[in-house]
Amino acid sequence: MLAFVVRRLAQSVAVMLAVGFIAFAMFRFVGDPVNSLVGQDTSIEDRAKLRHDLGLDDPFVVQFARFLGHAAEGNFGVSYQFAEPVQRLIGERLPATLELSFTAVLLALAVGVPMGVYTGLNPHTWLSRLFMSMSLVGVSLPTFLTGILLIWIFSVVLGWLPSFGRGDVVNLGGWTTGFLTLSGIKSLIMPAITLALFQMTLIMRLVRAEMLEVMRTDYIKFARARGLPNRMVHFGHALKNTLVPVITITGLQLGSVIAFAVVTETVFQWPGMGLLIVQAIGFADVPVMSSYLMLVAFFFVAINLIVDLLYYAVDPRLRLDRAAGAHGH
Amino acid sequence: MTARRVLMVTESERLGAAAVASARSDGRLRRALDSDLIYSFCRSPVTVIAAVGTVLMIGSALLCPWIAPHNPFDLASLNILDATDPPAWVKGGSWSYPLGTDEQGRDMLSAILYGMRLSIAVGFAAVALAATFGVSLGLIAGFAGGWIDTLIMRIADVLLSFPAILVALLVDGVARSVLPRDQQDAIAIYVVVLAISVLPTVQFARTVRGSTLVERNREYVQAARIIGVHPALIAVRHILPNVLGPVLVIATINLALAIINEATLSFLGLGLPPTQPSLGTLIRVGQNYLFSGEWWMVLFPSATLAGLALAVNLLGDWLRDALNPKLR
Repeated sequence: MLAFVVRRLAQSVAVMLAVGFIAFAMFRFVGDPVNSLVGQDTSIEDRAKLRHDLGLDDPFVVQFARFLGHAAEGNFGVSYQFAEPVQRLIGERLPATLELSFTAVLLALAVGVPMGVYTGLNPHTWLSRLFMSMSLVGVSLPTFLTGILLIWIFSVVLGWLPSFGRGDVVNLGGWTTGFLTLSGIKSLIMPAITLALFQMTLIMRLVRAEMLEVMRTDYIKFARARGLPNRMVHFGHALKNTLVPVITITGLQLGSVIAFAVVTETVFQWPGMGLLIVQAIGFADVPVMSSYLMLVAFFFVAINLIVDLLYYAVDPRLRLDRAAGAHGH
Repeated sequence: MTARRVLMVTESERLGAAAVASARSDGRLRRALDSDLIYSFCRSPVTVIAAVGTVLMIGSALLCPWIAPHNPFDLASLNILDATDPPAWVKGGSWSYPLGTDEQGRDMLSAILYGMRLSIAVGFAAVALAATFGVSLGLIAGFAGGWIDTLIMRIADVLLSFPAILVALLVDGVARSVLPRDQQDAIAIYVVVLAISVLPTVQFARTVRGSTLVERNREYVQAARIIGVHPALIAVRHILPNVLGPVLVIATINLALAIINEATLSFLGLGLPPTQPSLGTLIRVGQNYLFSGEWWMVLFPSATLAGLALAVNLLGDWLRDALNPKLR
């Protein structure tokens, strides 16, 4: 157990170091950091002095170590585009992205699981076929098209919901939330649906496949033989056993929710991290790009690590396999 | 079903005699029409529709200089008085611009045809690039083994834990900040192809490595080794043809993904520039006119993109099931 945890941790650290190196290389070698800080009329002596003060003439390894040290403290320098510390920019935008992603995942689970259970239990009804063909369209439809379609229907034609922004937000000690105002919730509806749609189809197909498999097993037959009511068999016995893979996949999919948040935030001009990174790439705002890279990589590595460790804790077969493998060698 | 199975056996027997029978080309055609693949194809009407749609779209993309009513890149032919005309069947539209015009008076139908050509070209190029590199890397990893295998597969594992669009976005961002700004529009198409081919490469590599590991220990490889064939030659001439089967399926599915990812990048303003508009760029431009009522500028490119992605996706799904022996 300990060896596995240590190896897995070492792997995560190696990935973070590699990503950190890419981020540092971008930071250091794309353009000249000094030129982006000073004006046209700065003398060569002043530039050299600034270069020295910033430590840009130090050996490469020293600079890399300093960069990593600063990154660990959350200090990523100053955005070229906004002339503000990146840390503050991200701090302002993070709540918007997290609230959107959280709502979307919740929505995807709340709708996707019941749909999956229904199609799994009644695979041949017309409603199930409708759900299945809709899910295929949902997979093929790019996220931004869903968003545009929703805007067209609910903002342009019906005029019910706002098409951009977060509405009014309430500041709770540095965390801005849109959950507490009516306009905030109204603004959240369409982006959350857009972001949730892809996950929803995925969860539905997963639950359906698992349900179809579980319903064939012996313990379901025995549960029926004991005379348990259908509701109990379906939800108490069958659904419960489908939930482990669902939770795992949902956890791993958190990453892709963040990725698709970039697209959703652009469509709805949602002031989150995704919009920030798209603008940063457009402006070649390297400090923002490299810090986003580090942050997202950290997020992904952390999720993968947690899921792997949970799997190891939950599934005893993994431990046996490894033990057998260790004896074999 | 048993009849099909018998047919399959005779099919492989006949393949051996294919060289002899090649003189009778009509017999070969009949045999091709008789195969399992064609049989399952004709049994699924959805697949037939998807195939017809795909062929139509790729065909019109290839032929667009001849079938498009106007040349959207010929600035001299644009007339600003024709700007934002609605489609022909709406009041105020005319049949010289069947799907209306954009804000510069460009014919939407022609712009969509040319845009679709770019989208399809980028999709094919990205998949071809990914297949070339992925198959080579997978073959090397599987055949060589040892630390080369570990290195390639560790990198693949790390990349696979990120979603494709995010990898594409970051590769695109890094490439953009490295390259000089004044040349960005000219090389944007190559940057996009590179950016969206990164993740498919990993998929090809992993699949090919898996089948290479199996094939490596087969008798014919051992036989080749014993008679002293050079290892590189064994990998290319003996193993490669036997691991290419699943590559076609991955390629089809990834074509749809590549087209969607290109459109997404272009929609975000990080893909193809407005001077070379793909479907995604057209949607990005058209979206700005949604509120002023020019719905045709966003609706038609969107519908084309959705149709293209759906048709290719359906083809990929069918191909995967048809080539999967477990489902026969």
